[in-house]
Amino acid sequence: MALAAATQSLADYDPDGFYCEVFGLPDRPLAETSPVRQRLDRIPLEQLRARAADAERELYNFGITFTVYTQKDAVDRILPFDVIPRVISAADWATIDSGVKQRVAVINAFLSDIYGEGKAVKDGAIPGELVYRNPNYRPEMEGFRPPLGTYAHIDGTDIVRDHLGDFRVLEDNARTPSGVSYVVENRHLMQRAFPDLMANMGIRPVSNYGECLHEALASLAPPAVFDPQVALLSPGVFNSAYFEHIFLAREMGVPLVEGRDLVIEADDRVYMRTIAGLKPVHVIYRRINDDFLDPQAFNPDSMLGVPGLFAAYRKGTVALANAVGTGVADDKAVYAYMPRLIRYYLDEEPILANVETHICREREGLQYTLDHLSELVVKPVGEAGGYGITVGPRASAEELEACRASLLADPANYISQPMVRLSVCPTLTEEGVQPRHVDLRPFAITGESTWVLPGGLTRVALRKGSIVVNSSQGGGSKDTWVLE
Amino acid sequence: MPSGSSLLSRYAEAIYWMARYVERAENLARILDVQESFSRDSRGSHNWSSVVALNADDAAFYARRAEPSTEAVLDFYILDESHPGSLVSIVRAARENARTLRPLISTEMWINLNTFYNRMRSLRSEDVAEERLARLCATVKEACQTHTGITEGTFYRDEGWYFYQMGRMIERADQTTRLVDVKYHLLLPSPADVGTPLDISQWNALLRSAAAYHAFRRMHPSGMTPASVSHFLLFNPFFPRSLLACTEALDDTLTQLRSTYGLRGGRSALETLDELRAVLRDSTIDAVMRKGLHEFLDWMQTRLIEVSLALGEDFFGYPPAAQAQKASG
Repeated sequence: MALAAATQSLADYDPDGFYCEVFGLPDRPLAETSPVRQRLDRIPLEQLRARAADAERELYNFGITFTVYTQKDAVDRILPFDVIPRVISAADWATIDSGVKQRVAVINAFLSDIYGEGKAVKDGAIPGELVYRNPNYRPEMEGFRPPLGTYAHIDGTDIVRDHLGDFRVLEDNARTPSGVSYVVENRHLMQRAFPDLMANMGIRPVSNYGECLHEALASLAPPAVFDPQVALLSPGVFNSAYFEHIFLAREMGVPLVEGRDLVIEADDRVYMRTIAGLKPVHVIYRRINDDFLDPQAFNPDSMLGVPGLFAAYRKGTVALANAVGTGVADDKAVYAYMPRLIRYYLDEEPILANVETHICREREGLQYTLDHLSELVVKPVGEAGGYGITVGPRASAEELEACRASLLADPANYISQPMVRLSVCPTLTEEGVQPRHVDLRPFAITGESTWVLPGGLTRVALRKGSIVVNSSQGGGSKDTWVLE
Repeated sequence: MPSGSSLLSRYAEAIYWMARYVERAENLARILDVQESFSRDSRGSHNWSSVVALNADDAAFYARRAEPSTEAVLDFYILDESHPGSLVSIVRAARENARTLRPLISTEMWINLNTFYNRMRSLRSEDVAEERLARLCATVKEACQTHTGITEGTFYRDEGWYFYQMGRMIERADQTTRLVDVKYHLLLPSPADVGTPLDISQWNALLRSAAAYHAFRRMHPSGMTPASVSHFLLFNPFFPRSLLACTEALDDTLTQLRSTYGLRGGRSALETLDELRAVLRDSTIDAVMRKGLHEFLDWMQTRLIEVSLALGEDFFGYPPAAQAQKASG
């Protein structure tokens, strides 16, 4: 077995009972990833470290940074990059690819329905309250059909793998999912740092993301525009994802504009300010939230948006990607209903399961949650960013009681989930190559059809034992290889 | 050839300023370098306050320091992040513009400026001590030249390229006027010193700091007078840092930009440039020196600011008749 035969980098690697993305289950090593393991193991640890240091310096010189704001100033940090790739077999990828497409299809069907006929609510597939009283529901979108009937043109699906090796969707990101720039840049970095590891390995390419995105965006242009001008709308250099905005604009060869570069004329068309005067813009990939898009339609205090943009959008002179109001589809409460919605709209079984979710607004869900409180993670549905979460296995008796009281007072505000034992991936650490928990965010682009970038962003929790992969909390990223 | 343009005004402005800042950094390194050799040659009478005066930085300087000691002036012009005219701030400004321009410029241009900035930022006060200054200045000049070389070799030749060239040329023209001013106005020798070995060696150093010594010698195989050096740096049409060469390049670039892309803007800048070009072509150095070289250089600087503002109004979206020169140091 590879583990025993290993002599170098992977010699002391032990996944500690978790599912490992490179080794598989402890008693069933993955055959597909065996060549990667063998090659990786031939690289001595010191050399691995030396190449990692080179890669890090390159990232710094390249300025692949995200901005962390403290009270005092803004600091550009590089997103830590781990040189050991996460490997996905062709068979596993086929599951993820079809599962993500299914997810995108149901999200678009759902959005089209709630802003249109409202069938799912009428048929009782989902409580109307969750939809129409959702803070991300945009009544302004009612009765408007966006180009091609698509809402979530760019969608990110956060997927984890449990201890048995089964994929589960943790969260949908149907607003402005970020991270795809790291997918492509990590690959470029690996190609420079580890050509020997990658040669003839049969890794599916990721470098055509920009092309696919541009093609999908161009297909949204108003009819009779044959050479559409696409632009990427960014909040500007102070946005923490600005690096990604640059990346996408470059890859597509389109201007990166800010709100102040755009103007809506009396004809309800969108123009950008150029050195030759105003030039029309037909499709906008906006990386600005709904709230800030247009002070006339949404938050009146927004300085980032473009006054009149939403009116132009509704008139059909400009297309927006993603559509306005997609946030209702990636909400935690709606997430719990996704498996049912897949059956309702598509008459299919979910290809990728949710993490088992108990809906406390329903009697059985509440009862189960109350009975197993110390084993479950209880999440309020309205909040974002991890607020108000009670992690049963790590909570004190008082915290559990407080949680029980809140649940009983307002059950509809909560869902509960078991703690997932996230899979691990070999990761270079101070102590040598160690298992660290990872997740995966594949990116799907939908124009006339849906395409999923092979792989996606693998985030890794660099601290030992941690399951928090967020970059602001010690997370890094890895190259993600989908084998042919 | 393309007609029409879709270059965002904001980008045009950022390209123009990126070029100006890099050129400014290079010239500041040249000025510090030549000052350092002046102070080495001087008989104890010279001090660094002339650089402060030259850049019209008295208020900013004395708000921060008490005395124009060598250390204080070097720190002010190299390391002081609170001073927009320090090398570190200038390079940061170039880098910030490049950051805005990332969608447009080549990756190599960006990496070069990002690395340059990181290097400047890591300088400590011991790195700028007088005895190491010449070497530091050489490093900065080389980094700037690397930037221009990378740009020449990788930057796509669309409208942006024209704005890049204009930024470089207008800054270089302005800086050449300051370089000449350093010697002529601020180190003005007493009549008795004119033509003495010290005076000549200072003009010599000035030429060398502008990388003009050999070119000058090709024109003037023997002799060196204040008039002949000034004439060369201001009116020589073939020396790339001369005021005339820069002005002509600026004029030609703007003319080409307008015709290639069918732009209506730029007319008033062009009128000013045509006028400057005629003045530079027709003036004799003797007449200029008689009327006052410093006053002439001052007038040129003012007209160049007008050109910059006119470009701003026509292409960058500045409000008409802006009162202050935007974003300049």
